[in-house]
Amino acid sequence: MNAAELAERVESRFPDAIVARGEVTVIVEPPKLLESLEWLREEPDLWFDFLSDLSASDWPDRDPRFWVAYHLTSTRHSHRIRVKTGAPEKDARLPSATGLFPTANWHEREVFDMFGVRFDGHPGLTRIFMPDDWEGHPQRKTESLGGVPTRYHGAFIPPVDERLG
Amino acid sequence: MPVERLPGVQTGKGSDDDVLDVEEEVKRGILLGTLEKAVNWSRKQSMWPATFGLACCAIEMMATGAANYDLSRWGMEVFRASPRQADLMIVAGRVSQKMAPVLRQIYDQMPEPKWVISMGVCASSGGMFTNYALVQGVDTIVPVDVYVPGCPPRPEMLMFGILKLQEKVRTQGHLK
Repeated sequence: MNAAELAERVESRFPDAIVARGEVTVIVEPPKLLESLEWLREEPDLWFDFLSDLSASDWPDRDPRFWVAYHLTSTRHSHRIRVKTGAPEKDARLPSATGLFPTANWHEREVFDMFGVRFDGHPGLTRIFMPDDWEGHPQRKTESLGGVPTRYHGAFIPPVDERLG
Repeated sequence: MPVERLPGVQTGKGSDDDVLDVEEEVKRGILLGTLEKAVNWSRKQSMWPATFGLACCAIEMMATGAANYDLSRWGMEVFRASPRQADLMIVAGRVSQKMAPVLRQIYDQMPEPKWVISMGVCASSGGMFTNYALVQGVDTIVPVDVYVPGCPPRPEMLMFGILKLQEKVRTQGHLK
Protein backbone atom coordinates (compact mmCIF):
# COMPACT_ATOMS: atom_id res chain seq x y z
CA MET A 1 0.00 0.00 0.00
CA ASN A 2 1.36 3.41 -0.87
CA ALA A 3 0.70 6.44 1.32
CA ALA A 4 -2.49 7.57 -0.40
CA GLU A 5 -3.98 4.09 -0.34
CA LEU A 6 -3.02 3.70 3.28
CA ALA A 7 -4.64 6.98 4.24
CA GLU A 8 -7.79 5.88 2.43
CA ARG A 9 -7.72 2.52 4.18
CA VAL A 10 -7.54 4.06 7.66
CA GLU A 11 -10.00 6.85 6.83
CA SER A 12 -12.88 5.07 8.54
CA ARG A 13 -11.06 5.30 11.85
CA PHE A 14 -8.84 8.34 11.32
CA PRO A 15 -10.74 10.70 9.01
CA ASP A 16 -8.15 13.47 9.27
CA ALA A 17 -5.14 11.40 8.19
CA ILE A 18 -2.45 13.60 6.66
CA VAL A 19 -0.31 12.58 3.70
CA ALA A 20 2.87 14.58 3.31
CA ARG A 21 6.10 13.65 1.51
CA GLY A 22 4.78 10.16 1.01
CA GLU A 23 4.20 9.61 4.71
CA VAL A 24 0.93 9.09 6.52
CA THR A 25 0.33 10.79 9.84
CA VAL A 26 -2.72 10.36 12.03
CA ILE A 27 -3.46 12.33 15.19
CA VAL A 28 -5.35 10.70 18.04
CA GLU A 29 -6.53 11.77 21.46
CA PRO A 30 -4.55 10.27 24.35
CA PRO A 31 -7.50 8.15 25.66
CA LYS A 32 -7.83 6.51 22.24
CA LEU A 33 -4.10 5.99 21.73
CA LEU A 34 -3.78 2.37 22.84
CA GLU A 35 -6.89 1.12 21.05
CA SER A 36 -5.74 2.88 17.88
CA LEU A 37 -2.31 1.29 18.07
CA GLU A 38 -3.87 -2.09 18.73
CA TRP A 39 -6.28 -1.72 15.81
CA LEU A 40 -3.40 -0.79 13.48
CA ARG A 41 -1.49 -3.80 14.70
CA GLU A 42 -4.31 -6.34 14.46
CA GLU A 43 -5.96 -5.51 11.11
CA PRO A 44 -4.66 -8.15 8.68
CA ASP A 45 -4.16 -5.80 5.75
CA LEU A 46 -2.45 -3.17 7.92
CA TRP A 47 -0.46 -5.38 10.28
CA PHE A 48 1.76 -2.71 11.88
CA ASP A 49 3.61 -5.23 14.02
CA PHE A 50 6.74 -3.19 14.70
CA LEU A 51 7.07 0.02 16.67
CA SER A 52 10.17 1.32 14.92
CA ASP A 53 10.43 4.55 16.87
CA LEU A 54 8.79 6.53 19.61
CA SER A 55 9.89 10.10 20.05
CA ALA A 56 8.62 13.46 21.23
CA SER A 57 8.86 17.15 20.47
CA ASP A 58 8.31 20.23 22.58
CA TRP A 59 6.20 23.19 21.40
CA PRO A 60 6.05 25.70 24.26
CA ASP A 61 3.51 27.91 22.45
CA ARG A 62 1.07 25.16 21.59
CA ASP A 63 -1.55 23.39 23.58
CA PRO A 64 -0.91 20.53 24.16
CA ARG A 65 2.75 21.34 24.53
CA PHE A 66 4.36 17.92 24.10
CA TRP A 67 3.76 15.83 21.00
CA VAL A 68 4.68 12.17 21.11
CA ALA A 69 5.02 10.33 17.80
CA TYR A 70 4.71 6.57 17.36
CA HIS A 71 6.32 5.33 14.17
CA LEU A 72 4.85 2.01 13.13
CA THR A 73 6.19 -0.35 10.50
CA SER A 74 4.57 -3.39 8.96
CA THR A 75 7.12 -6.10 8.35
CA ARG A 76 4.58 -8.06 6.33
CA HIS A 77 3.36 -5.27 4.01
CA SER A 78 6.37 -2.92 4.15
CA HIS A 79 4.40 0.20 4.85
CA ARG A 80 4.67 2.75 7.59
CA ILE A 81 2.43 5.10 9.54
CA ARG A 82 2.97 7.76 12.16
CA VAL A 83 0.58 8.17 15.07
CA LYS A 84 0.83 11.42 16.98
CA THR A 85 -0.72 12.40 20.25
CA GLY A 86 -0.35 15.37 22.54
CA ALA A 87 0.31 15.71 26.23
CA PRO A 88 -0.50 18.93 28.08
CA GLU A 89 2.16 21.00 29.80
CA LYS A 90 0.61 20.52 33.20
CA ASP A 91 0.74 16.89 34.33
CA ALA A 92 1.99 15.49 31.02
CA ARG A 93 0.76 11.92 31.03
CA LEU A 94 0.11 9.30 28.39
CA PRO A 95 -0.79 5.62 28.52
CA SER A 96 2.18 3.34 28.07
CA ALA A 97 2.43 1.28 24.89
CA THR A 98 4.66 -1.33 26.50
CA GLY A 99 1.74 -3.78 26.73
CA LEU A 100 1.37 -3.72 22.94
CA PHE A 101 4.98 -3.21 21.90
CA PRO A 102 7.63 -4.25 24.44
CA THR A 103 10.19 -2.19 22.54
CA ALA A 104 8.38 0.93 23.75
CA ASN A 105 9.95 0.36 27.15
CA TRP A 106 13.26 2.16 26.60
CA HIS A 107 11.79 4.65 24.15
CA GLU A 108 9.29 5.80 26.74
CA ARG A 109 12.05 6.05 29.31
CA GLU A 110 13.93 8.26 26.87
CA VAL A 111 10.91 10.51 26.30
CA PHE A 112 10.41 10.72 30.05
CA ASP A 113 14.09 11.51 30.61
CA MET A 114 14.32 14.17 27.92
CA PHE A 115 10.84 15.74 28.02
CA GLY A 116 9.29 14.77 31.32
CA VAL A 117 6.26 13.04 29.83
CA ARG A 118 5.07 10.30 32.16
CA PHE A 119 3.71 7.01 30.85
CA ASP A 120 1.06 5.33 32.96
CA GLY A 121 1.49 1.58 33.15
CA HIS A 122 5.18 1.55 32.32
CA PRO A 123 6.95 -1.24 34.25
CA GLY A 124 9.87 0.92 35.41
CA LEU A 125 9.80 4.54 34.34
CA THR A 126 13.25 5.83 35.30
CA ARG A 127 15.81 8.00 33.55
CA ILE A 128 17.75 6.22 30.83
CA PHE A 129 20.42 8.68 29.60
CA MET A 130 20.91 11.23 32.34
CA PRO A 131 22.13 10.46 35.87
CA ASP A 132 19.36 9.47 38.25
CA ASP A 133 19.80 12.62 40.35
CA TRP A 134 19.69 14.98 37.36
CA GLU A 135 17.37 17.95 37.73
CA GLY A 136 15.10 18.87 34.86
CA HIS A 137 14.45 17.40 31.44
CA PRO A 138 17.16 18.61 29.05
CA GLN A 139 15.37 18.45 25.70
CA ARG A 140 12.63 20.83 26.75
CA LYS A 141 12.82 24.13 24.93
CA THR A 142 12.76 25.96 28.24
CA GLU A 143 16.05 24.37 29.35
CA SER A 144 19.13 26.49 28.77
CA LEU A 145 21.37 25.76 25.80
CA GLY A 146 24.98 25.38 26.82
CA GLY A 147 26.54 26.82 29.95
CA VAL A 148 25.99 23.63 31.88
CA PRO A 149 27.51 23.44 35.37
CA THR A 150 29.05 20.21 36.61
CA ARG A 151 27.41 18.69 39.65
CA TYR A 152 29.36 15.83 41.04
CA HIS A 153 28.97 14.24 44.48
CA GLY A 154 27.57 17.44 45.90
CA ALA A 155 30.27 19.64 44.37
CA PHE A 156 29.22 22.41 42.01
CA ILE A 157 31.53 23.65 39.26
CA PRO A 158 30.16 26.50 37.14
CA PRO A 159 30.12 26.38 33.33
CA VAL A 160 33.38 26.82 31.44
CA ASP A 161 32.73 30.43 30.41
CA GLU A 162 31.99 31.49 33.99
CA ARG A 163 34.99 29.94 35.68
CA LEU A 164 37.47 32.79 35.21
CA GLY A 165 36.27 36.05 36.70
CA MET B 1 87.49 10.66 28.85
CA PRO B 2 84.87 13.43 28.58
CA VAL B 3 81.34 12.06 28.38
CA GLU B 4 77.94 13.65 28.32
CA ARG B 5 76.49 13.97 31.73
CA LEU B 6 73.31 12.03 32.45
CA PRO B 7 70.51 14.44 33.28
CA GLY B 8 69.40 14.16 36.84
CA VAL B 9 72.34 12.03 37.94
CA GLN B 10 74.93 13.69 40.14
CA THR B 11 78.44 12.65 40.79
CA GLY B 12 80.36 13.05 43.98
CA LYS B 13 82.15 16.03 42.53
CA GLY B 14 79.17 18.33 42.74
CA SER B 15 80.12 20.03 39.50
CA ASP B 16 77.62 21.91 37.38
CA ASP B 17 79.55 21.33 34.19
CA ASP B 18 77.76 19.50 31.41
CA VAL B 19 80.91 17.55 30.69
CA LEU B 20 82.85 15.88 33.43
CA ASP B 21 85.76 13.63 33.74
CA VAL B 22 84.44 10.26 34.82
CA GLU B 23 87.78 8.50 34.89
CA GLU B 24 88.18 9.05 38.60
CA GLU B 25 84.57 8.12 39.30
CA VAL B 26 84.91 4.90 37.32
CA LYS B 27 88.05 4.06 39.22
CA ARG B 28 86.19 4.56 42.44
CA GLY B 29 83.24 2.60 41.05
CA ILE B 30 80.76 4.94 42.64
CA LEU B 31 78.04 7.05 41.07
CA LEU B 32 76.08 9.19 43.47
CA GLY B 33 72.50 10.38 43.11
CA THR B 34 69.39 10.85 45.14
CA LEU B 35 66.91 8.03 45.61
CA GLU B 36 64.17 10.38 44.47
CA LYS B 37 65.78 10.98 41.14
CA ALA B 38 66.43 7.31 40.55
CA VAL B 39 62.85 6.39 41.43
CA ASN B 40 61.37 9.19 39.35
CA TRP B 41 63.52 8.14 36.43
CA SER B 42 62.22 4.59 36.63
CA ARG B 43 58.66 5.79 37.06
CA LYS B 44 58.82 7.94 34.00
CA GLN B 45 60.32 5.17 31.90
CA SER B 46 57.73 2.52 32.71
CA MET B 47 54.45 4.36 32.86
CA TRP B 48 51.58 2.06 32.08
CA PRO B 49 48.40 3.73 30.86
CA ALA B 50 44.91 2.50 31.62
CA THR B 51 42.73 2.02 28.58
CA PHE B 52 40.18 4.76 28.81
CA GLY B 53 39.18 5.41 25.24
CA LEU B 54 35.82 7.16 25.08
CA ALA B 55 35.45 8.53 21.57
CA CYS B 56 37.34 9.41 18.39
CA CYS B 57 40.41 10.45 20.41
CA ALA B 58 40.74 6.80 21.36
CA ILE B 59 41.39 5.96 17.70
CA GLU B 60 44.34 8.34 17.72
CA MET B 61 45.47 6.88 21.04
CA MET B 62 45.39 3.39 19.53
CA ALA B 63 47.35 4.68 16.55
CA THR B 64 49.89 6.10 18.98
CA GLY B 65 50.31 2.71 20.56
CA ALA B 66 50.54 0.89 17.24
CA ALA B 67 53.60 0.24 15.12
CA ASN B 68 53.79 3.50 13.17
CA TYR B 69 54.23 5.68 16.23
CA ASP B 70 55.26 2.99 18.69
CA LEU B 71 54.58 4.27 22.16
CA SER B 72 56.81 1.56 23.59
CA ARG B 73 59.80 3.74 22.76
CA TRP B 74 58.98 5.49 26.04
CA GLY B 75 58.13 2.35 27.97
CA MET B 76 54.38 2.89 27.62
CA GLU B 77 53.17 0.23 25.25
CA VAL B 78 51.44 -1.82 27.92
CA PHE B 79 47.92 -0.45 28.05
CA ARG B 80 46.42 -2.14 31.08
CA ALA B 81 42.82 -3.26 31.13
CA SER B 82 42.86 -3.14 34.92
CA PRO B 83 43.25 0.18 36.71
CA ARG B 84 45.06 -1.66 39.51
CA GLN B 85 48.05 -2.08 37.21
CA ALA B 86 48.03 1.38 35.66
CA ASP B 87 49.90 4.58 36.52
CA LEU B 88 48.42 6.88 33.94
CA MET B 89 44.89 7.51 32.77
CA ILE B 90 44.63 9.00 29.28
CA VAL B 91 41.08 10.33 29.13
CA ALA B 92 40.63 10.06 25.37
CA GLY B 93 37.33 11.57 24.35
CA ARG B 94 34.20 13.23 25.64
CA VAL B 95 32.96 12.20 29.07
CA SER B 96 29.21 11.92 29.35
CA GLN B 97 27.47 12.79 32.59
CA LYS B 98 26.76 9.14 33.23
CA MET B 99 30.37 8.16 32.57
CA ALA B 100 31.67 10.65 35.15
CA PRO B 101 31.23 8.38 38.21
CA VAL B 102 32.78 5.48 36.27
CA LEU B 103 35.78 7.60 35.35
CA ARG B 104 36.23 8.72 38.91
CA GLN B 105 35.99 5.14 40.16
CA ILE B 106 38.64 3.97 37.70
CA TYR B 107 40.83 6.83 38.88
CA ASP B 108 40.28 5.94 42.52
CA GLN B 109 41.17 2.31 41.82
CA MET B 110 44.55 3.21 40.36
CA PRO B 111 47.41 2.91 42.85
CA GLU B 112 49.47 5.92 43.80
CA PRO B 113 51.38 7.56 42.27
CA LYS B 114 49.07 8.24 39.33
CA TRP B 115 48.73 10.80 36.61
CA VAL B 116 46.03 11.94 34.20
CA ILE B 117 46.30 13.20 30.64
CA SER B 118 43.25 14.97 29.29
CA MET B 119 43.34 14.18 25.58
CA GLY B 120 41.46 16.45 23.19
CA VAL B 121 39.27 19.48 23.69
CA CYS B 122 36.19 17.50 24.76
CA ALA B 123 37.97 15.98 27.72
CA SER B 124 39.69 19.27 28.53
CA SER B 125 36.72 21.62 28.46
CA GLY B 126 33.70 19.96 26.92
CA GLY B 127 34.79 21.27 23.53
CA MET B 128 31.97 21.94 21.13
CA PHE B 129 29.54 20.01 23.33
CA THR B 130 28.47 22.81 25.62
CA ASN B 131 25.32 20.98 26.53
CA TYR B 132 23.68 18.81 29.14
CA ALA B 133 25.09 15.55 27.85
CA LEU B 134 28.75 15.99 28.65
CA VAL B 135 30.96 16.84 31.59
CA GLN B 136 32.47 20.25 30.91
CA GLY B 137 36.07 19.21 31.36
CA VAL B 138 37.35 16.16 33.23
CA ASP B 139 39.31 18.43 35.55
CA THR B 140 36.00 18.96 37.31
CA ILE B 141 36.11 15.34 38.52
CA VAL B 142 39.77 14.22 38.47
CA PRO B 143 43.04 16.19 38.76
CA VAL B 144 44.66 16.59 35.34
CA ASP B 145 48.43 16.84 34.80
CA VAL B 146 48.65 17.50 31.07
CA TYR B 147 46.06 18.85 28.67
CA VAL B 148 46.53 17.82 25.05
CA PRO B 149 44.60 20.10 22.68
CA GLY B 150 43.24 19.04 19.31
CA CYS B 151 40.11 17.56 17.83
CA PRO B 152 41.33 14.89 17.89
CA PRO B 153 45.02 15.38 18.60
CA ARG B 154 47.33 13.63 16.17
CA PRO B 155 49.56 10.91 17.64
CA GLU B 156 52.50 13.33 17.54
CA MET B 157 50.52 15.68 19.76
CA LEU B 158 49.71 12.96 22.25
CA MET B 159 53.33 11.85 22.29
CA PHE B 160 54.38 15.43 22.96
CA GLY B 161 51.96 15.53 25.87
CA ILE B 162 53.34 12.25 27.15
CA LEU B 163 56.89 13.55 26.94
CA LYS B 164 55.81 16.67 28.81
CA LEU B 165 54.28 14.47 31.48
CA GLN B 166 57.48 12.43 31.71
CA GLU B 167 59.39 15.66 32.15
CA LYS B 168 57.02 16.57 34.94
CA VAL B 169 57.37 13.18 36.61
CA ARG B 170 61.15 13.35 36.41
CA THR B 171 61.47 16.85 37.80
CA GLN B 172 58.47 17.28 40.07
CA GLY B 173 57.90 13.86 41.53
CA HIS B 174 58.41 13.45 45.22
CA LEU B 175 58.89 10.41 47.35
CA LYS B 176 56.69 10.10 50.37
